[in-house]
Amino acid sequence: MSAIDSAPQKPYWSWPGVWVGFRRGLPVAPGIMVFGLVVGAAAARHGISGLENFAMNLLICSGIAQLVALEIWPATMTWAAVASLALLAAVIGARMFLMSVSMRPWFGQLPKWQAYLGLFFLTDATWLIATRYHNEGGRDVGAYFGAAIMIMAGWLAAASAGYFLGGLVVDPNRYGLDLVMPVFFAAMLVPLWTGKRRAYGWIVAGVVAVAVQHLVAGWWFIIAGSLAGAFAGAWFDERKR
Amino acid sequence: MTSDLGPAGVWIAIIAMALVTYAVRAGGFLLMGYIPLTKRVRAFLQALPGAVVVAIIVPIAVHGGAAAAAAVIVALIVMAWRKNDLVAVVCGVAVAAAMRAI
Repeated sequence: MSAIDSAPQKPYWSWPGVWVGFRRGLPVAPGIMVFGLVVGAAAARHGISGLENFAMNLLICSGIAQLVALEIWPATMTWAAVASLALLAAVIGARMFLMSVSMRPWFGQLPKWQAYLGLFFLTDATWLIATRYHNEGGRDVGAYFGAAIMIMAGWLAAASAGYFLGGLVVDPNRYGLDLVMPVFFAAMLVPLWTGKRRAYGWIVAGVVAVAVQHLVAGWWFIIAGSLAGAFAGAWFDERKR
Repeated sequence: MTSDLGPAGVWIAIIAMALVTYAVRAGGFLLMGYIPLTKRVRAFLQALPGAVVVAIIVPIAVHGGAAAAAAVIVALIVMAWRKNDLVAVVCGVAVAAAMRAI
């Protein structure tokens, strides 16, 4: 079952692992590419150059943060605007802080440069794939980087295409493509189910997230729900023993 | 604070956002390096991924309309049944597209 409980197994690196990562990135690739098309098209509308668009997608690589940033993108950039864009990136990216926390048991055993290089590629999809893989007992870092490269390449290609095609992009909502990420998240819940004891934490996470979403504007519901659910889950876990 | 940064402004904004985003990506991992991995911390780390996923999808299913809720539920059922994430994603998205087309 969950490999974190057992004696820590040494992580390693292999080329077949990279292939495993590639394949696991496939189901989510269409959703990421559609998202990339939309973000690239939005950048073009704001007079951002092709090179700047590419740098943004490579270095920030956070679709939601970029889309919201482009919505408030000022015509003339000032230090005040830079500060508010940076704050926006922090608030929208806050959920990745928790994802990063959960990478510790696996990446903590890697050489530092590999761990911090890997974390550069941490996105929702990469994290989901990595978490499932690690829960199944996988320790091959190649699988992480395989999935990360797959997702980054698809993202960059699509965002560049969106930038140059612009208005040709059809409405993705019509085909339900805006729901690929939420649906992928939902599917990934199944392998995370490790028995009834998980239910308590999940119920707390869901209830708190919905409640906070009602009460507080912005993205805090993800943070509040996740933390409440994880603490509740750990607490029930301990009482069961 | 209000003066125009000129052509470099876009690059300053991109780099600032990139630095903040990387700090968030690496920060959680870095922080956990200073917290000993006791049994209790491990229990927390084990419960965290599921809680993050639930906290993201439940509000979408509740507030995203009937198509979003149906897509999420179909994906859960298909995944539990077939154990194949590609099939689950295709079925979930197809259901949402069909509901929106009607």
